[in-house]
Amino acid sequence: MARAVTPRRKALTTAAAWTVGVLIFFPILWIVILSFKSEGDAIRTPIEVLTSAWTAESYATVQERSDYFKHFLNSVTISVGSTLLGLVIAIPAAWSMAFVPGRRTKDVLMWMLSTKMLPPVGVLVPFYLMFRDFGLLDTRSGLVFVLMMINLPIIIWMLYTYFKEIPAEILEAARMDGAGLREEILYVLTPMAVPGIASTVLLNIILAWNEAFWTLNLTAAKAAPLTAFIASYSSPEGLFYAKLSAASTMAIAPILIMGWFSQKQLVRGLTFGAVK
Amino acid sequence: MGRITLDKVTKRFGEVEVIPPLDLTIEDGEFVVFVGPSGCGKSTLLRLIAGLEDVSGGQIRIDGTDATAVPPAKRGLAMVFQSYALYPHMSVRKNIAFPLRMAGLSQAEQDRKVEAAAEVLNLTPYLDRRPGQLSGGQRQRVAIGRAIVREPAAFLFDEPLSNLDAALRVGMRLEISELHNRLKTTMVYVTHDQVEAMTMADKIVVLQAGRVEQVGSPLELYRAPRNRFVAGFIGSPRMNFIEGAEAAAHGAHAIGIRPEHIAVSTTEGAWRGRVGVSEHLGSDTFFHVTGTGLADAITVRAGGEVDLHHGDAVFLTPEADKIHRFDREGARIA
Repeated sequence: MARAVTPRRKALTTAAAWTVGVLIFFPILWIVILSFKSEGDAIRTPIEVLTSAWTAESYATVQERSDYFKHFLNSVTISVGSTLLGLVIAIPAAWSMAFVPGRRTKDVLMWMLSTKMLPPVGVLVPFYLMFRDFGLLDTRSGLVFVLMMINLPIIIWMLYTYFKEIPAEILEAARMDGAGLREEILYVLTPMAVPGIASTVLLNIILAWNEAFWTLNLTAAKAAPLTAFIASYSSPEGLFYAKLSAASTMAIAPILIMGWFSQKQLVRGLTFGAVK
Repeated sequence: MGRITLDKVTKRFGEVEVIPPLDLTIEDGEFVVFVGPSGCGKSTLLRLIAGLEDVSGGQIRIDGTDATAVPPAKRGLAMVFQSYALYPHMSVRKNIAFPLRMAGLSQAEQDRKVEAAAEVLNLTPYLDRRPGQLSGGQRQRVAIGRAIVREPAAFLFDEPLSNLDAALRVGMRLEISELHNRLKTTMVYVTHDQVEAMTMADKIVVLQAGRVEQVGSPLELYRAPRNRFVAGFIGSPRMNFIEGAEAAAHGAHAIGIRPEHIAVSTTEGAWRGRVGVSEHLGSDTFFHVTGTGLADAITVRAGGEVDLHHGDAVFLTPEADKIHRFDREGARIA
């Protein structure tokens, strides 16, 4: 039954939604504000920060001191690369679990998810040693691989959920029509799952873009993405709030813009199946 | 050619045996209907023939060659599904062309065949639409189009009409029968609707719990059902069954008499009862006669304009040579 929406109730829920929204967004907003302040003003009390003069000098310094574009390209390569590589592995995996489930399928799914419960630092040393031995330290291909592994369970879980929504009869029809497994996945399943695949891709690019633990620990200079670029402003000589904020703003801006333009797709993808 | 032979075909899901060893031969060009109540295994049997399910035992031969382990794509059969199973992201043209594309035909060849099929099925104006923009009947025709372009050894239909409304169903029934007359290709059709079975089939296979109860032409099944299950399942309205003294008088555990084989009179007859619910169809009237002491109610089929009302006393007389006799196990007594 539909609940009656009184004006008062509507005002209350609107206020509550705005409060939560502002709370979530506030740290980002504050970073952007700090990035436009001088280093001296940035560490004053909030009121003083807001009333002090605006300047773009931090951006200039950051640009001068480090090569933003190199880090940006590394971030793009690593996030997009790991997501696409993950898809190539996850689509067949999700297909088999969604359409030819065995007795252990649920367990396999849970097991994959459980790898996300492990604290990453627990496997840092073995990973580091393997990377060293295979010559993968500070390489983009190494990071593509490790981030793909980290996000693979999420990619498989999301695709599995979308694939479950596709009627099995349509795939059976393709089989009757002479399609082999490859054709079935390529011409029938994948095009039908495009909305789901798109939101999986978007979410995973965001996750990989923001991933800091592995990117910081396995890179030095060559393959360092934007996370390392931010971290370089928190140095033993002290924290430079304004410069750190400027670097952070520059690092999150691309993903924020991408998220803004794809939010409809993201929301639709994430609620797919839940709302029918 | 499309001769399908099932030899001791068995299907088990885990511990449950849904199809006990089953033998059946479907001749080339025959229209065979599998009919039975839901859960009787008729769809499973069709899927075994299609190759969409693996058999647990036995052998399936298509035109004499063992197809038991052949994948569905290689069996040369085409299937029409209950849900139509069209590819929603493709136009009607691409849907129909899909099997041809999979078979590696040239674009020109594909176009020619798709257009020919669309012509036959009155789909030409819709070729560039998506399935979502079509009505149920049109979607079903696209599904049939996709099946006929392959020129398969046999067509398999899995309850293709059950998602259509009643009027459309009658129309599509005729279209499918017409298609069979024209193509002369083997068709295997699954339905739970005995009217579809009776009107379309050359041969009906009545199934119950995975077992074949009887195989025969529609009229054979109507005239000489082998047991009570078939007798009750084939014919509409359903056959009346009477047990007790009246059956014993005929030397049987139970007798069966179809509603159309009972005469109604207001003055005299073998059995006496009262008119209960009457269903007026215009051409016929079905009276449910109660209080005969023989069964809860006896259904009688009478003419369209018989003037009888609820509570009227009536006499019923069965046609003596149309009485079916069954033993305690339900088997027919000849």
